[in-house]
Amino acid sequence: MIAFILRRLIQSVLVMLAVALIAFSMFRFIGDPVNSMLPENASAEDRQELREQLGLDQPVTVQFTRFVTGAVQGEFGISYRNKRAVSEMIAERLPATLELVLAAAVFALLLGVPMGIYAALNPKGVLSNMLNVVSLIGISVPTFVTGILLILVFSVWLNWLPSFGRGETVQIGWWSTGLLSASGLKSLVLPAVMLGLFQVTLIMRLVRAEMMEVLRSDFVRFARARGLTNRAVNFGHALGNTLMPVITIVGLQLGSMIAFAIITETVFQWPGMGLLFIQAVSFADIPVMSAYLVMVALVFVAINMIVDLLYFAIDPRLSVRA
Amino acid sequence: MTFQTTPLLSVRDLSICFDTRHGPLRAVDGITFDLAPGEILGMVGESGAGKSLTGTAITGLLERPGRIDRGEIHFEGQRIDTLSAEAMRRLRGRKIGAIFQDPLTSLNPLMTVGQQLIQTIRTHLKLDQAAARKRAIDFLGEVGIPAPEARVDQYPHQFSGGMRQRVVIALALCAEPSLVIADEPTTALDVSIQAQILDLLKRMCREHGAAVILVTHDMGVIAETADRVAVMYSGRVVEIGPVDKVVRDPHHPYTRGLMQSIPRVGSNAHRLTQIDGAMPRLTDLPTGCAFHPRCPRAVAECKTTRPAALPVEGGHVACHLYQGEPA
Amino acid sequence: MALEVFPQSRLAAILESDLFYRFRTSYITVLAALVTLAIVLAAFLAPWIAPHDPFDVSTLSLWDSELPPVWAEGGDPRFLLGTDNQGRDVLSAILYGSRISLAVGFVSVALAMVIGIVVGLVSGYFGGAIDAFFMRIADVMLSFPTILVALLVSGIVRGALPREMHDSAALIVLVFAITITTWVQYARTVRSSTMVERSREYVYAAQLVGRRPFAILFSHILPNVMGPVLVIATINLAMAILIEATLSFLGVGMPPTNPSLGTLIRVGNEYLFSGIWWVVIFPSLTLVALVLAVNLLGDWLRDALNPKLR
Repeated sequence: MIAFILRRLIQSVLVMLAVALIAFSMFRFIGDPVNSMLPENASAEDRQELREQLGLDQPVTVQFTRFVTGAVQGEFGISYRNKRAVSEMIAERLPATLELVLAAAVFALLLGVPMGIYAALNPKGVLSNMLNVVSLIGISVPTFVTGILLILVFSVWLNWLPSFGRGETVQIGWWSTGLLSASGLKSLVLPAVMLGLFQVTLIMRLVRAEMMEVLRSDFVRFARARGLTNRAVNFGHALGNTLMPVITIVGLQLGSMIAFAIITETVFQWPGMGLLFIQAVSFADIPVMSAYLVMVALVFVAINMIVDLLYFAIDPRLSVRA
Repeated sequence: MTFQTTPLLSVRDLSICFDTRHGPLRAVDGITFDLAPGEILGMVGESGAGKSLTGTAITGLLERPGRIDRGEIHFEGQRIDTLSAEAMRRLRGRKIGAIFQDPLTSLNPLMTVGQQLIQTIRTHLKLDQAAARKRAIDFLGEVGIPAPEARVDQYPHQFSGGMRQRVVIALALCAEPSLVIADEPTTALDVSIQAQILDLLKRMCREHGAAVILVTHDMGVIAETADRVAVMYSGRVVEIGPVDKVVRDPHHPYTRGLMQSIPRVGSNAHRLTQIDGAMPRLTDLPTGCAFHPRCPRAVAECKTTRPAALPVEGGHVACHLYQGEPA
Repeated sequence: MALEVFPQSRLAAILESDLFYRFRTSYITVLAALVTLAIVLAAFLAPWIAPHDPFDVSTLSLWDSELPPVWAEGGDPRFLLGTDNQGRDVLSAILYGSRISLAVGFVSVALAMVIGIVVGLVSGYFGGAIDAFFMRIADVMLSFPTILVALLVSGIVRGALPREMHDSAALIVLVFAITITTWVQYARTVRSSTMVERSREYVYAAQLVGRRPFAILFSHILPNVMGPVLVIATINLAMAILIEATLSFLGVGMPPTNPSLGTLIRVGNEYLFSGIWWVVIFPSLTLVALVLAVNLLGDWLRDALNPKLR
């Protein structure tokens, strides 16, 4: 068990280093940082000064080390566009994105899992077919269209919920939360629903497919042959075996939700990291992009590892030696 | 063979068909047999002959597109093929048990062996947790699992293949059914383990008073274990009778072919005898007797009329050659 | 005995096959195929059938701006679906926009398929270090969401290009980004199929006879792995169209001067609050219809090719 954790940790560090390398290469070799940061008419001395300040005259390996040590401490340089420290900008925006993703995930799970179970147990029911069709539409409609529709209905026509911004936020130390104010919560609803909706259909289809597969397996057949009640078979035997692979995939989906938050934040002007990233891509603001890359990679690697450990803890085939 | 006790299981003219877009395909066509309490009946035949389907129909687990088209199944004097799903469920496990082929996939990998046993026991018998656990441990001991008190809390992957099948047998019998349907119980096991498991099955059923329908394609298994045997071909029973009689002196040409094709140690044959041709596909069933295209002794009648089950010593055979034979 | 002495003609075989049966008995699938076909045709013929050229500035007139669709009050039969704030015909813009969306979609799927198949075949056949290398890359790429990878690639290429070229090179950047993002799925599937086929007797026989590896790969193994590849391709087509639309919507895809459906939606979104709903709704509906139709076809294909469900 310990060996497993250690191995995964080392793997994670290696992946992070690889990502750091890519981020650094982006940072260093794409475009010219000096030219991007200074106005056109800057003098040669100014450029040289900046060059030295950024350490661009050092050998590449030294630069990379500086980059990595800086990154570990959360130091990512200066944004080309805003001329502010990237780390500051990220710290400002991170809570917004994380709260959004969390809310969306909870919404998606609470809706998706029960619907998937229902669809698996009643494959020919009318409601099942309807859900199937709706979920198919769900993955065909681009997320931003859903967002626009939501805004159209709930903001423009019904005027129930706000359609941009975070509402009032409360500052707790370094974290700013929107969960503690009424306007904050109201502003969270539409974006969370939009972000989560895509996942709902995914989770529902996944749970349904997995469960139907499990319901066809031999041990379920044997359980029925032993005369166990439908409840025992469906919720005891089948559900347990269904949820295990579902957990892995849902965990990984959390990571992708952070990426999809980019779209949600754009539609709702939600001041999170995603919006920051898009503005950076649009402007070719490399430092912000590479910082975002490292941050997201970190979150991914962390989630992957947690999911693996979870699997290890839950599956007796892995945790109990034969 | 005449005993006057009511048969435990009585199958009459059972037909199972599958609805496909080519029309209904008859996979089992009018089979009839009885099973006495405590008796071991073997059902032997090639893959696709319909033996597993018969077992599935008896336990009420037949799923669409298959359905019972015709016929009746009576169990302990009561008709069961028309029972509701819930009534059938209560019968399963408690009165009719089942054992499947692959012990590896028959057990839920996420639950301990004990949990699965206790759950089955408590579903059918009114026992509390402690009593059920004790019964589970006892059963594990009976089927030959060493140190059952320790192993009852282990997971299936911690058992070897043969051990798992023992657990499966325990699971099938723990609610004391009077009929067990064993579908190829030893096919997935090592040859060395097969004999052990068959012995165990025979012993457990004898001790707990359960009759067995042993479905297999292996005549050797039947010869070792069964009291009577029903030979199936193309969804029909072609011969049924006491095992020693059918094995030593088969009546039906198909059974004869089967017996002859078993290689014997010490024989000097250069080629193994085989029956020419193959079992017909369900979409191209021959008229009359299903076996007649491959039968070395077919007569004109075989092509036109399906043979009825004619009595021969101790059993029946569905072949025109035996009309007028003494019972 | 019913022996099939006379082999059916190829066409008859296809028409009687299970695949086609499932196709023609599923009304939804037939409908989906028709919709896809209609949109593809319309997009392809856009330059000829579009009532206006929305990009020819000389034909635009501000008098015609912000007109609602023809059935609403104030509508003009010249502009069936209304106009935007600059007088551009929404219908024509949709036709041209679909063209771009489909073009990007098809080209990136084709390219990704080629790259993925080649990498998959080589990786699966030769194994060893080559396999390990490609699969490491694949693992890393697959662990990131596609949108992110596409955005990243897009951002990097933009960073490398001088600012003036961003708009004109947008199409190529998009295709490049989507291809890089999606080749991995094909590679993975083809690799596992190749590894299965590689150990089969017919490959061994070909090796014995002395056929060169590439000949074996392409003439023997490739036909056997195409089934799952086709299913992935249809799913990927929908995904490619969606990614392109998303990138354009976010502002890093096709520019307003040469808009795809995504760009049209973005531009239209800005007028949502002022009540000009048609500029955003119609492109959205077109996009959804297209992706939905492609998804349905993909679903049908997957079900039909899945031996387990037969």
